[in-house]
Amino acid sequence: MKEVASTLRASAFEEILDEIDPVLADEMSESTSITPLPEINRRSFLKLWAGGSLGLLLVFNLSEASKAAKSNTLSELNAYIRVSIDGKIAIYSKNPEVGQGIKTALPMIIAEELDADWRDVIVEQSPIDESIFGRQNAGGSRSVATNYDALRYAGAAAKYMLRSAAAKIWNVPFGDCSTELSHVIHVKTGRKIPYGQLGDKAATIPVPEKNKIQVKSRKNFKLLGKRITGVDNYALVTGQPLFGIDQVLPDMLYAVYEKCPAIGGRVKTANYDEVLKLPGVKHAFPLEGNGHPLELSNGVAIVATSTWAAFRAKEKLRVEWDESDASKDDWLGLVEQAKSLKAQPAQHVLYQAGAVEEAVSDTTKSIQAFYTHHFIAHATLEPQNCTAWYRNDRVEVWAPTQSPGRAVNNIAHTLGLDAAKVTVHQTRAGGGFGRRLVNDSICEAAAISKHINAPVKLQWSREDDMMHDFYRVGGFHAIEGNVDPDGRVTSWQDHLITFSEDGEKPVIAGVPRRPKDEFPASFIKNFQLTQSLIPLKTRCGLWRAPNANTHAWVVQSFLHELSTTAGVDHLEFLLDMLGTAEPRGTQSLNAERAVDVIKMAASKAGWGRKLSKGRGLGLAFHFSHGGYFAEVAEVSVSEAKVIKVHHVTVVGDIGPIINLSGAENQCQGSVIDGLSAMFEQEITMKQGRVEQKNFDTYSLLRISQAPSVDVYFIQSDNPPTGAGEPALPPLAPAVCNAIYSASGHRVRTLPLVKEGFNFI
Amino acid sequence: MPDYTLDVNDKRHFVEGVEEETPLLWVLRDALGLVGTKYGCGIAACGACTIHIDGIAVRSCSFPVSAVDDQKIKTIEGLMAEDGSLHPLQAAWIEKDVAQCGYCQAGQIMSAAALLAESPNPGEEEIDDALEGNYCRCGTYNRIRAAVRVAANTYNKQGGIE
Repeated sequence: MKEVASTLRASAFEEILDEIDPVLADEMSESTSITPLPEINRRSFLKLWAGGSLGLLLVFNLSEASKAAKSNTLSELNAYIRVSIDGKIAIYSKNPEVGQGIKTALPMIIAEELDADWRDVIVEQSPIDESIFGRQNAGGSRSVATNYDALRYAGAAAKYMLRSAAAKIWNVPFGDCSTELSHVIHVKTGRKIPYGQLGDKAATIPVPEKNKIQVKSRKNFKLLGKRITGVDNYALVTGQPLFGIDQVLPDMLYAVYEKCPAIGGRVKTANYDEVLKLPGVKHAFPLEGNGHPLELSNGVAIVATSTWAAFRAKEKLRVEWDESDASKDDWLGLVEQAKSLKAQPAQHVLYQAGAVEEAVSDTTKSIQAFYTHHFIAHATLEPQNCTAWYRNDRVEVWAPTQSPGRAVNNIAHTLGLDAAKVTVHQTRAGGGFGRRLVNDSICEAAAISKHINAPVKLQWSREDDMMHDFYRVGGFHAIEGNVDPDGRVTSWQDHLITFSEDGEKPVIAGVPRRPKDEFPASFIKNFQLTQSLIPLKTRCGLWRAPNANTHAWVVQSFLHELSTTAGVDHLEFLLDMLGTAEPRGTQSLNAERAVDVIKMAASKAGWGRKLSKGRGLGLAFHFSHGGYFAEVAEVSVSEAKVIKVHHVTVVGDIGPIINLSGAENQCQGSVIDGLSAMFEQEITMKQGRVEQKNFDTYSLLRISQAPSVDVYFIQSDNPPTGAGEPALPPLAPAVCNAIYSASGHRVRTLPLVKEGFNFI
Repeated sequence: MPDYTLDVNDKRHFVEGVEEETPLLWVLRDALGLVGTKYGCGIAACGACTIHIDGIAVRSCSFPVSAVDDQKIKTIEGLMAEDGSLHPLQAAWIEKDVAQCGYCQAGQIMSAAALLAESPNPGEEEIDDALEGNYCRCGTYNRIRAAVRVAANTYNKQGGIE
């Protein structure tokens, strides 16, 4: 049983990884395009004309599965543009909105090519059905990259049909008609027809072949690259029920679910009778797990007439746990194991080039360092929750998830139902950061609803949320480097000590997924990245910019150590290192684009300027998720080791920007999130139990601690990539390098409190 | 269990059979259906549940319903004017495109509204102080500051609201 669970678990996380980062390592090194784009052709489109009231309804298929579709019926089609007679243009947004701004960004791409007046656009959240809509998730910063071309062609095709319709009505050549702000214009006479009045006629125009459709060049963009405010802003500021936690069903009950605080523990007995007597409590019962840790784990459900009644009852619940198979993880013990492993030969080689031993000579200077980083929780501000309604052998859920498509299968698997009997409605999610790629709370809600045969909202408390997360994994790097008298790195040897659940494979995000492509592997002649594993039961997951969020800290801090040892300015040192490489494709690191963001960040931040005593600048760069980011932090460190981060300059290159306001917000948020994660936050385990339970022992950055953050983009015609993650990894090393510049203290352990720092 | 009559957003609400210690948050959300006020931590650490009681910003997750007499409770749903026009803070939040996930923003706005009512032209430190109890997990603090300043300008031009 245990072995099965472990196999399922590994494959389940691989499934998630493939969902958000599907390109295989082998393809990567040669590939020049970000991802295979779905082919758009005439058969991918279907226009429907349902009479005057509907106008033009253009439906098209973005899913790769569409190639196998037998006929064009509505059920196969997965996106639409509807031009109504009143001039309103409805556009589907198919992916979950978790704060990354996708509900605004994806429709903007269609609206740009359609020449729609953005004020006419109504964004509708699409239903969840991956057999129809293709992949529906929020992860890997991939939504823009994978949908960009298809959405552009969709918008352009609709525009073509509206233009053709106007040309026919006016009996003028197609080429004499232009489009602007939801109108077709006859250029010679200045006559105009609004799109809304063209819908009927446009519906009679054949969908154009792809070669007839011209998408815009970037210089002609009117909407993309502008600041567009979020489509849900009004609803948000007026308190409307957008989120998972806000869902209400008729006669709904309220549930909580208690699991063993040590992962893997099982319910022996509980004081069910006592709990059932408490005010408002309707049910109290144990649930078996389904053997799949990403779905349903063993625990006790309490169902009551209000959230508070359920919370109160859970406080009175006393469960006797069987902990014979449960986690005994102990963070301090794990640190000790890592320290002993670092002195031993590594267990596996992840990547090597040249010969690190031969790169050492009398003239090179060598440094060794041991970096330690911590486990952290996602702490989405909306704790996990789900509203579920099981009835007549079918189940319907309303869920704030990053992975609604996979939720269908998770629920079906948990309840032993056919996936066709599962309906998932996506709600807005109060933050994701990778936590909501796992649908455990959804499976619990569905199982509870089935057990009591009634609609129910499962609400995790903050304590549940913090103690039952899938954490960003901690880890260790025993690292050694050599620099020659010219300041060039002659060798780099990194022994990465991470964790394993099965003793064979590292936990999720424990090591770089493509070590060969991870900076600076291909920039140093003699390079070695090795791995050793420590057994772990604590559950690990994907946390914003997985692996990159720790790897960048080690790499970019150690590069600063090397530049300091060589006596070379850090900016010059980084540029020199990148200058030795050939520019490469768009997926693997392109050195020219890296150099450009680093130079601009240095220039915008005033690199090299004189600062007062105790104040310093720190620079770091990282490439992840197809995005190039350089950041400069300006930091003060007092004699008493009190840190103030004054300002952070961010320069990014993610191709063309879709929504400038959204992209800038993501980068500012990445900086604040990065600071939060490096200051005080730390998840520690003792006797298998997570010691932090709420924000009193696990704090987020507060407004007074937040630096001002300036964001600049270098825009290009490179394929667009996502903005949600790649700005985060360079933040921690930029701040640590600034701390060194300000104080001479080299940070090698995170969080910073561990090295005696405090914050204002 | 006792019954309560609460004055919420200028309307009287009768709430039947609620335990005395029930936090106002859950009365608002579960009994009255006012779900704009959010649950984040239950220990008054995150500010997502911020409401006004007689104009003062209060963390409703830690304020028992039995402690409310005939005070006036205001939630995010009651912040706009009677004619449906937005509070200057709500308008500024839209204009500055503050939100990412948006979950904390009702609490942020309620804290800021209490500040502006007290101090219509706050300095930067005053803004930070007033919003110190409100976490934004997405890190929109730069824009929150900017939006409060925009709202303060509007607010002053209108000669104050309420």
